[in-house]
Amino acid sequence: MSMQVGAEVVVVDYGLGNLRSVTRGLERAGAAVEVTDDAGAIDRADGVVLPGVGAFSEGMENAGPFRDALTDAAADGTPLFGICLGMQMLLTASEEAAHAGEGDVEGLDLIPGDNRRFTGDLKVPHMGWNDLTVTREHPLVEGVDSVASETRLADGPAGGSVDGEYAYFVHSYYAVPDDDNATVATTEYGEPFPAIVANDAGNVFGTQFHPEKSGETGLRILKNFVDVCAE
Amino acid sequence: MLTKRIIPCIDVDVDEDGEPAVYTGVHFEDLQYTGDPVELAREYNAAGADEFVFLDITASAEGRETMLDVVGQVADECFIPLTVGGGIRTRDDIKETLRAGADKVSITTGALERPELITEGARAFGNQCIVISVDARRRYDEAGDHYEQVDGESCWFECTKKGGREGTGVDVVSWASEAEERGAGELFVNSIDSDGTKDGYDLPLTGAVCDAVSTPVIASSGAGSPEHMREAFEAGADAALAASIFHFGEYTIDETKAYLDDHGVPVRR
Repeated sequence: MSMQVGAEVVVVDYGLGNLRSVTRGLERAGAAVEVTDDAGAIDRADGVVLPGVGAFSEGMENAGPFRDALTDAAADGTPLFGICLGMQMLLTASEEAAHAGEGDVEGLDLIPGDNRRFTGDLKVPHMGWNDLTVTREHPLVEGVDSVASETRLADGPAGGSVDGEYAYFVHSYYAVPDDDNATVATTEYGEPFPAIVANDAGNVFGTQFHPEKSGETGLRILKNFVDVCAE
Repeated sequence: MLTKRIIPCIDVDVDEDGEPAVYTGVHFEDLQYTGDPVELAREYNAAGADEFVFLDITASAEGRETMLDVVGQVADECFIPLTVGGGIRTRDDIKETLRAGADKVSITTGALERPELITEGARAFGNQCIVISVDARRRYDEAGDHYEQVDGESCWFECTKKGGREGTGVDVVSWASEAEERGAGELFVNSIDSDGTKDGYDLPLTGAVCDAVSTPVIASSGAGSPEHMREAFEAGADAALAASIFHFGEYTIDETKAYLDDHGVPVRR
């Protein structure tokens, strides 16, 4: 297993939700974490986390002051990790804004595509633990080295792949990237939807689920992210 | 596949020395000391609990400060969703509790007294973190909106306040629909009648609420065995909550999930 070199990760605080768990999870994965509302901190970071709960248009409005810093960081190859609403904001647009009568609200457009609402007889929000099917390679879904899956580290994530593992979801909208290859893992709710997405370059990615609330599996994904940041 | 959730719940008060302690009761009374909240949270996290519910039963200002501190300590140990309830009456209370490390807040009396709190909370923090909790009581008179046949008698379910000590005249099923319309992301259904009995959940109550709403429902009060949880899931619940059977070591989370798995209920293992 690679040694941690203390990647410095910035968690963007744009005023929504509980940032404590994601901070603790990243720290446990070996990162030095700065929770900040200063856009300037983004270009100094080894990696950036865009968290988020709540509504798309409100999220984009609150994240407005960080838009340029985030797109610059993405263009420079800095790892940028969107979680839940933070992932949806990486895409171009969302039905949610129109649904709320707020017209077109521009996402960050780092992964071209749209976010759509679950339809049919499904209970919405999709809330709870659901399993992941990994559809292509990406550092975020790799196992930690070749540690056997039954070897749980006392104070950290287990080894093996995250394929087939459970993660905690709570959302009413899901991402539909224009390019099928942007999907890294899917989950089934009514039909399969993207649970993890990434851009072509591989440095912009997001999870629809909350890794900081997904037990050992989530901690492993956070560890993978911190490893990518440390490279 | 989306799995059914098993949720241990702790009721936390301060003891004589002002230290936080977990208590377990019967019919919302006769509380017995059961342990340290942070220690229990750590154990349940390791044991495979899907979520954790933390109810502050102190109801004093000093108690509340202590509780937010404990919520933070629990959040640092729990990489699973944490719902915190007790005494939440304002938008600021919601914000403070989320900041302390809760992922969701559970609101009972505060929402009954001022339903706008649901709307405001959902708008400011998202539907997903607003859990509306009801403490239901069966009534056999004609004052309700929705009736169920129970043992040959017709009854309705009344929302109570202050841990069941005060009635409200509000029908649980009507209230659940209103809470959903106002933006509640989840409904947490307790029963004064079955609390602590270990005779099983109030299934007519659970079923009636599940039929009325399309948001997730947590069944609570009365779990005495994994079989009771299976019954709640069959009645339509998305999650089953229990306190004493886990606290007193009668069943482990793993035994519970093994039973459910064997009976065709999807669970995370």
